[in-house]
Amino acid sequence: MHFKEKQAIYIQLAEMITDNILSGRWIEEDKIPSVREMAITMEVNPNTIARTYNYLQDKGIIQNKRGIGYFVSPDGCALAKESRRKKFLKTELPVFFKSMKLLDIDFETVADLYKEYSRKGANNENE
Amino acid sequence: MITIEKLNFDYKKKKLFKDLSLDLKHGSIYGLLGKNGAGKTTFLKILAGLIFPESGEISVLGFTPAERNPDFLKELFFLPEEYTLPGIKAGEYKKIYAPFYPDFDEERFFELISEFNLPEDSKLSNFSYGQKKKFLLSFGIASNSRILLLDEPTNGLDIPTKTRFRKIVASSQSKERIIIISTHQVRDVEHLIDPVLILDEGRIIFNETMDRVADILTVEKVSSLSDTADILYSENEIDGYKVVVKNRDRDQNAIDFETLFNAVITNPHGIQSAFNGGSPNETK
Repeated sequence: MHFKEKQAIYIQLAEMITDNILSGRWIEEDKIPSVREMAITMEVNPNTIARTYNYLQDKGIIQNKRGIGYFVSPDGCALAKESRRKKFLKTELPVFFKSMKLLDIDFETVADLYKEYSRKGANNENE
Repeated sequence: MITIEKLNFDYKKKKLFKDLSLDLKHGSIYGLLGKNGAGKTTFLKILAGLIFPESGEISVLGFTPAERNPDFLKELFFLPEEYTLPGIKAGEYKKIYAPFYPDFDEERFFELISEFNLPEDSKLSNFSYGQKKKFLLSFGIASNSRILLLDEPTNGLDIPTKTRFRKIVASSQSKERIIIISTHQVRDVEHLIDPVLILDEGRIIFNETMDRVADILTVEKVSSLSDTADILYSENEIDGYKVVVKNRDRDQNAIDFETLFNAVITNPHGIQSAFNGGSPNETK
């Protein structure tokens, strides 16, 4: 079996930004930090941040308004969710399955735990 | 732009650089890596015009460093690994040395001095090694010179200062600037330096952006070496092997500098051929 080490930094940064959008920390049409500001905060080469922003722009998650800066797109949240869903199904789930197999955890156990988790989650939201 | 063609340099009987050639572009923070004694410091000193090559063409912003033209020197700041500072205060130092840099940013200088918590009322000669380094770094950044050469800049810096250092370097990069950071402490500058230069056996054997590195190489974890083709480099780990192989798909993965460095040093030809588009087998 081959397992890749961690992802390229620009992708990790892109995920961090999509997570910020999904969690509602940044909402649609919010201005996000400039390339330079982000480079300073993350202690990362500004060219890498520029790459991250281009990548997110290609996905339509953020927009560059010339002369003003970068903003979360009007449908940024839906697109961010779609992008993270794909990533989860393609790369995170196989890792999860690998652990299941390795530890002899069957699907029913996971299903039960998931039901319990969902019930608790719903209760927490009601509180 | 920095262009070097067929640089040769000897230390007494030891040949240090053999026909070293290299092109460096503006707007990048280059990381210069190499083993002990590979000649990183000597290389920076040659670029700064502090020592002269035996032969070869060197052009830094169109100038030949060895001529030490004032128009060249005002565009260059070199932070050496060892230094002495005079028995004067920060402000006095600035008064004497800043005029050599026409674009010197006084406000930024004092901003950095206070960001590094350097006392303005004590003599520079009384500063600790780390404080002196922070002082020179502040001066160099504020000089706005287009060439910034930093020799082991994180050596002797405490943990919070290393963080601050990364932030300051990230904020100092501009389209006009070339920053070269020579270092052994690759973890200190992990996501900051790009492209990576590797100096070995008298030459620059590697000069690639991290983006291209991730396009071409990938690090994988395998349980045995026999079921993996075209291994360029491997390290034995407790749960298997960490291998560097050619990237076969479009996904990019992060490669840490230590693994990359070891791979390039151990198998320079294999890595080179991977970057030149061949597979490691074709070189045999």
